[in-house]
Formats: sequence, C-alpha cells, structure tokens
Amino acid sequence: MARRSRKANRRHPLATVLLIAIGLVVTGGGYAAFSSTTAATAETDMSSQQVIDEGEKLFASNCATCHGMSLQGTDDGPSLIGVGAASVNFQVGTGRMPLAMQGPQAMQKPVQFTDEQTAAMAAYVASISPGPAIPDASLLQADGDAANGGELFRINCAMCHNVAGAGGALTEGKYAPELTGVLATHIYEAMLTGPQNMPVFNDDNLTPEDKRDIITYLKYVENNPSPGGFELGNLGPVAEGLFAWIFGLGAIIGLMVWLTAKSN
Amino acid sequence: MAHDEVSGIDSAASDSSAVETSHRTSAGTAVIGSDVENPGEPPHRARVTDLDPAKAKHADRTVYTLFYLSIAGSIFALAAYMAFPIEDGDPVALRLNTLFIGLGSALALFGIGLAAVHWGKALMVDKEGIDVRHPVRGTDETRARAVEIFDQADKESGFGRRTLIRNSLIGAIIAFPLPGLVLFRGLGPQDQDPVELLSHTMWKKGSRLTLDPSGIPVRASDITIGSVFHIIPEGLNEREDLLEQKAKAAVLLMRLDPADLNISPEREGWSYDGIVAYSKICTHVGCPVALYEQQTHHLLCPCHQSTFDVVNEAKVIFGPAKRPLPQLPIEVDSEGYLVAQSDFHEPVGPSFWERS
Amino acid sequence: MTSTIERTEAAESPATPKKGGGITGAAANYLDERTSISAVVKEFGRKIFPDHWSFMLGEVALYSFVVIILSGTFLTFFFQASMVETHYEGAFVPLKGVEMSAAMDSALHISFDVRGGLLVRQIHHWAALLFIASIGLHMLRVFFTGAFRKPRELNWMIGFVLFVLAMAEGFTGYSLPDDLLSGNGLRIIDGLIKGMPVIGTWTSFLLFGGEFPGTAIVGRLYTLHILLLPAILVAFLALHLVFVVVHKHTQFAGPGRTEKNVIGYPILPVYAAKAGGFFFLVFGVIALMASFFTINPIWNYGPYDPSPVSAGTQPDWYIGFADGALRLIPPGLEFVWLNHTWSFNIIIPVIALVLLLLFVAIYPFVESWVTGDKREHHILDRPRNAPTRTAIGAAGVTFYAALWAAASSDLMATHFQLSIEGVIHVVQAWAVLGPFIAYFITKRVCIGLMKKDREIVLHGYESGRIVRLPGGEYIEVHEQLDDYERWKLVDYESFEPIMLRPNSNGKITPVMRLRSAMSNWFFEDRIAPASRAELDAAHGHGHAPAVGTGSPARGELEDQTGGNTHH
Repeated sequence: MARRSRKANRRHPLATVLLIAIGLVVTGGGYAAFSSTTAATAETDMSSQQVIDEGEKLFASNCATCHGMSLQGTDDGPSLIGVGAASVNFQVGTGRMPLAMQGPQAMQKPVQFTDEQTAAMAAYVASISPGPAIPDASLLQADGDAANGGELFRINCAMCHNVAGAGGALTEGKYAPELTGVLATHIYEAMLTGPQNMPVFNDDNLTPEDKRDIITYLKYVENNPSPGGFELGNLGPVAEGLFAWIFGLGAIIGLMVWLTAKSN
Repeated sequence: MAHDEVSGIDSAASDSSAVETSHRTSAGTAVIGSDVENPGEPPHRARVTDLDPAKAKHADRTVYTLFYLSIAGSIFALAAYMAFPIEDGDPVALRLNTLFIGLGSALALFGIGLAAVHWGKALMVDKEGIDVRHPVRGTDETRARAVEIFDQADKESGFGRRTLIRNSLIGAIIAFPLPGLVLFRGLGPQDQDPVELLSHTMWKKGSRLTLDPSGIPVRASDITIGSVFHIIPEGLNEREDLLEQKAKAAVLLMRLDPADLNISPEREGWSYDGIVAYSKICTHVGCPVALYEQQTHHLLCPCHQSTFDVVNEAKVIFGPAKRPLPQLPIEVDSEGYLVAQSDFHEPVGPSFWERS
Repeated sequence: MTSTIERTEAAESPATPKKGGGITGAAANYLDERTSISAVVKEFGRKIFPDHWSFMLGEVALYSFVVIILSGTFLTFFFQASMVETHYEGAFVPLKGVEMSAAMDSALHISFDVRGGLLVRQIHHWAALLFIASIGLHMLRVFFTGAFRKPRELNWMIGFVLFVLAMAEGFTGYSLPDDLLSGNGLRIIDGLIKGMPVIGTWTSFLLFGGEFPGTAIVGRLYTLHILLLPAILVAFLALHLVFVVVHKHTQFAGPGRTEKNVIGYPILPVYAAKAGGFFFLVFGVIALMASFFTINPIWNYGPYDPSPVSAGTQPDWYIGFADGALRLIPPGLEFVWLNHTWSFNIIIPVIALVLLLLFVAIYPFVESWVTGDKREHHILDRPRNAPTRTAIGAAGVTFYAALWAAASSDLMATHFQLSIEGVIHVVQAWAVLGPFIAYFITKRVCIGLMKKDREIVLHGYESGRIVRLPGGEYIEVHEQLDDYERWKLVDYESFEPIMLRPNSNGKITPVMRLRSAMSNWFFEDRIAPASRAELDAAHGHGHAPAVGTGSPARGELEDQTGGNTHH
C-alpha cells in the first residue's frame, strides 16, 4: 500500500503541467537564442578586375552548366543577363544556388560559398551586363519607420509570407518562405530582383526608403518577443486550436481522470 | 415477448418500465438482456487514509499547505502587478507583466483546486450513496389532475367554446410582431439599392491608377516585367467611404511579356504593352486574391485556394471560384500615367442573386 | 413533483431555531425564515452524482463559460465597439500613427496599455476555444454512450442549441477587434451570405448596414456578443442543468447499479469539494495557457483593410469545418439560370453543413424510431455494445474531421512539403469515402470487442501460464473474472430488429417498410450477452464451477468459443 501511495504522488498532475511548461520554456528559449543571427558584410571591392576574374572562374565551374558560359541561359536555367549583383548575392548567399535538383522551386540549403566567393561571382555577373546592385548598407540598418513598413508589408507581402513573416503556401507545391532569420540584405535583394516566382518590387513600386521600412518592421517583429508569450509559430488560429485541444483539453482531461479516480 | 422471461434482476427491478415496454414498444422489437444476477454493490474498500492515521495526517498537511500556497500565489500576483509594470512600447515588460500576473493567479487557482479535490478524495468519507430513480413521467394522479385543471380553465374561460374570441386572439398574436419585423428594414440605408451599389465601383474613364496605400499615380514605364503593383483608384484616400470603395475597387496591376498573353478579340486594347489590371477581389467569397507568381502567372487566393491564370484573362484553373477575375480596361494618358478606360464591365467580387 | 403541501411542511418544521448554533446558526435561521432555503438543502444536499472522468466534460464547458463571463466583463470596461476611424497613438511601435477603427484601437489599448489587460484578453480567448472544444467532447461522450436516449432527448436538443450558440458567440467575439484576420473572416461571411439565393444580397446589405464593411457591423456584433447571445445561452444553460437534476445523472453498468438507482457521491460534501475544486483547476489551466502563450496577436494582423490579406487566413477552430467545406467544393459550380446567379459553390457547402448539424440535432429521435425503443434508459451503453450507433458516430466524426482538416490545407501543404492541390484532392476523397470506411471499420471493431468480452465472460483471461496435465496434455490456464467484473460485461441488452407486421388496419405502409429495413440494418450484427446457462456450461465440465473466486478453472481450452451471435 505504501508503495502505491508513493507512486500516486509521483504522478501528481501539477508535476505534469509544470514539466510541460518548463519544457516549453526551455525549447522556446533555445529556439529564440538560435534564431537570432548576426549580419556578416563582405568587404569586397566589386569593381576590381582581380575579383571579377576570380568570379568568372567560379561561375564557369559552378554555374555555367545551366546558365551558359556567357550568361545566356540554357534549357536548364534562365539567362542571367541583367539580373545584377543583387540577384547573385541573394541566390548564392542564401544557398538556393547552385540548385541541388529541379523541383517546384529552389530550396534554401547550407550556403556553398564563402562571402568573398559569392561577392566575386556577383561582381562577375554585374560586369557582363548591368543590373540591380547589392543594396547600400545604410538601407539595411532596420532604423526606418516600422509603422509604414508594417502597412506596406501587409499590402505587398503578407498574402504570401504571412503577417508575421511565417511563410505560406503557393500553387503546385511552391511556397513563400519564412522571413525570420533572413539577413536584411537578402530581404532587400529579394524585393528588388523577384527571385523565382516572387514578383519584382522595383523602386517605383516600393522606394528604397519603403524597402528599408519593411526591413525595419520585419526586424522589429523578429527581435522583439511576442508580448503575449510564445507565438506557437505565428501560424494563427490553426496552431491555437490544436494547442487548445491537445495541451489545454489534454491537461484538463488528465486532471479529470485524477479527480474521479478512487484514492488509494 | 422474449424479454419478460430473460431480463432477470434488472427488469425485475424496473417493473414499471417493463410493463410500459410491452404496450409501447412497436411490434417486433424484442430485447434480450442477460439473466446473470446483478451481484450488488462490491464491499467497500478502505483507503490508506482511513487505515493509517499517519497517512491521514499527511493528507491533511498536504491540503492545508496547498491552500497556503494558493494564498502565496495571490500575493505573488499582486506583487507582480506592481513589480512588473508595462513600460511604454517595451514588449519585454509587457510579456513579463502578463507572465507573472498570470503565473501568480494560476498558482492561486491550482492551490485551491488541488487542495479541495485532494480533501474530497483522501479525507472526506467516501461511502457511496444510492439515490432511487423515479420515472420522469408524472404519476397518474398528477397527470389526471393536470388534465382536470386544463379542462376547468377551458370551461371557466370558454376558450374552446368562444371560437371567435379564440381565433381573433390567435390572429392578433400573429399580427402584432409584424411591425417589429418591418423595423429591421432600417438596418440598411433606406435610400440605397444594394444591387446598384454592387454593380459599380469608383473606377471611371480617366481615373489614374495609384499605389496602395500612398495614392501615388503610376506610369506605364514604372512597371517592369514580373512586377505586381497593388492599385487603388485616384482620390480614394479622400473618400468618406474609403473602406467600402476599396473593398470593390482594389486592383492588381501586373506586367507580363506581351507575347505570353492570350487576349480575346473583345478585350483587345484593354491592356497596355503587357500591363494588365484585374480586380483583386475573389469571385468566390471576396478575399483579396493577391498571391501573384511571376513565372507561372498564377494568382492564388489564400482563403480558399482559388487559382486564376493571368495569361488567360484570369480564368479559374483551380479551386471553388467559377468566374474569372473581372478585368479593368486601362490605357495611358498624355503624361504617361496609367488610367482606367472605364469602370469594370461586370460587378466585382462574390456572386449575388441579382447579378445577372 | 412531490406535492407542494408536503414541501412547505418540511420547510416550516425547523422553525424553532436550535440553541447554540452560533452566528452560522443564526444566519441560517434568518435566511431560512425568509427563503425556505432549508427545503432546497434537504432536497439537493445529499443528491447523488456518479463518478466517471467523462462525466466531467460538461463541467469543463460550464466552468470555461464562467471564466469567459468573468474575463469578458472586464474587457467590456475598456472595449469600444465603434468603427469610427482614429489614428493609433498607443504603445505598440509598429502601428504608431496607423489609421484604424476605435474598436481595434481599444483592443490594442487593452493589450498594451492596461496592466494585466493582455492576460485577461488571452484568458478570454483561450477559455473560448476550450469552451467549445469541451462542448464538442461532451456531445461525443453523450452520443457514444447513448446518454441521449429517453428521457434525455430534449436535453440533447438543448445541448445542441448551446453548441450552436457557443459557436455564434465565438465568431462574433472573434470579429470584434476589427483586425485584418477577423475582417477577412467577415468578408468571407459576407460573400457566403451574398451567395444565398433570393435573400442573400439584401441580408448582407441589412446586416452590414449598407455596403461591406460599412461602419455598423462591429457595434451590431458586439450587441449580439455581450447581450443577446449570452442571455439566450444562459437561459438554455439553466434549462440544461435543470433537466440534469430532473433526470438524475446516467451511470455506466456496474455491480449494484440498475435502471432504478444511481450510485455515487453526495453533493455535500464530496461532490462540492471535487466539482468546486475542479472549477479552480480548469481556471488554473486557462490562466497558465494565457500567461505562457500568445493567442490572436491582433498587433501582428493590423487593422482591417479590404486590400491586404495574410497567408494562413483561417477562422478559429470551431468555424474551421465551415471554412473547410468552402475549400473542398469542386470547381465550376456556379450557374446563371432564370436570369439569376446560382452559386452552388456556396449553396452546396452550406446545405452540407446544415444537414450535418440537423442530423446531430435530431439523431435521438431517429434512433428511437428505428429501434422502436420507448423505454427510459439510465444505464449507459459502452460504445462497443451499440456497434451501429458507434459506427455512425465514427463516420460523422470522420466527415467533420475532413472538413476541419481542409481548413488548414495550406498549412498542411507547407509543413509536410506537399502541393496544396494534392492536399485538397486527398481531403476531398477523405470527406466522401472516409465516412464509409470509418463506419465499416468501427462496426467490425465493435463486434470484435463484443466477442472478446463474451469470451472473457465465459472463459476468463488468458493468463499465459501453460500447464501440463497428467495425461500429457498442455493447457493454458485461464483467470476467471469475479462476479463484479463480470457484471460490467454482461449488463447490456441485445435487440431484435422490428419485424414487418401489418398494422391494425391489416396494411403494411411504405413507412413501415422503411422502418423495418432501417431496424434490420441497425441491429443486423449483434452479440447477445452471456446467459446464466452459457456461463454454467462454460464453467461446468463436470467440475465445480469456479465462478467469482479468481482461481484458475481447470480444463478451460481456448477453442471453446461460445459464438452464438444470433438468437
């Protein structure tokens, strides 16, 4: 009898609730710690001939199979004439290129090249034909007007990327990626160049200041904790409903079973 | 019927319902219960707290400790209210305020709840009681008396006899809410016709296409291939009924390679050099269809996944919507700005009964 | 029900107060002399409630409703149900200066500028999700145990109305902050209403006070949310509880329990302690959820504007099945006929939802008509002992789940790396075929479980001990059930289907044919409970029956199945 009683104490429902709470705090905290990123800026002189030559070599060995020796494109990859350094920096800098396999869209992968190598390829592509340049650091400091950025983000971006930048589904297996943890440079370049199925937002649509404001908004959401507690992935009512059913009602049912079980 | 012999103790105990069954259950139904005897209540098992005074003492201590913990929780919540104020615009302060007031309150609540339940389970006498059930229907005397009362009331009032009074009463009762119902017409404005309103938007010949939300007009030359511009009509931001107008007039402007576009003969001239303008309001139930894929030229509605093909005049290629998105005919004015040629040629947004 | 004369006498009997009761006694006397409260205590104080964990689900709903009322009342002190345009000047930086309605502004004010305001908002919203979820589970419990049978059919209807009211409360509340998410939800409702034949256009026009979105809807929903719907809800809730008292609670089959009694703990003191404590536990779970987890972050959604929309725009979970129905409808179902637009892409989902809900509402009447069973039932069915009902329930749950899942088709696509078209096609197939598959599987599983129970009753559990008899024969020893455990497995009834017999006029009507066919279908596969004779035969074998001792009966071989499934 005494043994059974101790066993019952060990299963104290409050302990379960606390354990769940502690587990969630720990994982949430860990996640928050890992998702904060540091911006690395490559200090490379984009106009130096040495850099361009280095880029040409890298391009010939890594990209030319699909994009052609003179950037003209092939059946396997689009032409890169006029895409500019910004596009190269985005596609290679986020690991989307080189492509691992053909699919609905290029996936983010571990980055294959160093910042210097990426910059060299960008310099080479930009040297063949002009296009959007890598944005100026002054626009990437997340120091603009977050309110304006938020409004523009909701109108121009949220339908695909979700109001909190959690990403969303597109047609035929494509998706708009999550925006948390993405470098300001890459966000800017994506707006400027419209990678893959993302539309282009040129400077007449969203001015450089508008883009800065959007980055400011996204960084505000990313760097400040949600005031109400853990966000449950910012996925909205679906995540909330599942949580209420599984954890909320689950905990309550656990308490119900304890409450109606006969005491030892 | 079979069940009378075999239903055993259970139906013996429920004689009255068994009798009811025989005349109320339809012909053909037979119920077979088990004739195994109900063994009666099992012997009562004493709890450890009943047998061992030390255990009882321990449970006693647990209960009052939990109540004290609850008090501590309430005090903690009070302290947290003061110790973690919301500082202007600081999400961390707000989060801590929410967290600690909540945690204190939760502790206070759990303390009371766990203590009370533990008290009930471990210390209160746990002898089970038995209540006897009676059939829900009233006894025959009660029912007879009820009928009698109604009969008497009928006689005394003449409700059944004085048919004119009765029928006019029923008529009056039916008629009196009607004025009240009519009042609800006033929920909508008296001087407007919804069909008329739904059939037109703010767009008219010559109104410039401007950026949402700033209202800056756009030139055809601003729009590069692969772009999507979220457009509102010129002058919308000054309107008193901004949201109502925006809910109909929002437009998506896209530029494609003109060679990609399949344009039907009657829409020749509605686009300008590959620039096309379509209503942003879904023809299913009205969500903004704004997910434009610049390579596949699909427009996806995030609410119910209707997919429209911009290349083929926004025809539906997937999802519940039936009609294509209405196209806004556009042209370029003398200063190079994009303007509407006219309003949409059909009502925008979800279908409605009087639509066609 | 007992005569009133008796009761007044009972109330007057303690008219002479006992000495030495102290302040409590004096207060009780004061109260009783003015309210006759002692009669209430006498009547209800020792009323018995049976114990089973699943009987607490309704209480969860009740308690979360109390939490909703408490937290909601606090919120009304700050919320402004007005759509007047204003510029946000509160604490949340990314919305500073943004134009929004007073409703959104005040909801943000509650969240960012009232100490503990966000906590109360989150308590209110989490409690609302739990409220409807627990009603749903409670209904499933009542359904699968047959607790809706006579005399409780009307209380099932009342409970159903409460479920619908709760969903309406949820939706009206969800829409109040006038944020982007709920605004798009209202836009969908508007589109849905406009798609209704004949009345749609004008209904939408009147509801929104003109064109969508107008400036009236938040105020109107607020009146519904805090006045009209709660008033009706409380009235039905009171009625629901009155019937629980009138009928007395059902109980599962068990030793000593019959249709004529109810065994459990008295309200005072055990039930008061447990059920009262449980209120605090439910509140505590809600408070814990609200302090740790964000719900409905309207500051992310921003104010409503008809142009933007967010990926992953979904309603709260309880409206999900309706949203899912809209997503699942196959393309192209809209026609112009007789110079009017027939939006079958909206009409069909609405009809499907209404039929589903209607079927839930009237199921008790359908079942009692099919079974012809007009007796009172207070002993619950174990779900397996009513295989057809359980299978119908499983089919309904599967259909609901398909609609529900469809509402998150986009999230399933992104999170499982599927194409959204593929997800929708699979869920469409699930919604159509799933219920039939679920029906078939559930029914077979139930019958299998009944066979297993019967086997256990007759032959006991397999103990896993193999014994070699003197003759060299190997047998497995079976552990017998004691009388109490056995009773739980045999206390149920098996029905014969209704036979087709001419009525008093000597005729067989088509309705009678239908009913007989339905009854045959309902009862076609059934396993009768073991009878005394079968039990004796199984335990007999010439040896003394080892019933109720728990000692292994000798000579129990596995192949002795008592599988006479039809009588």
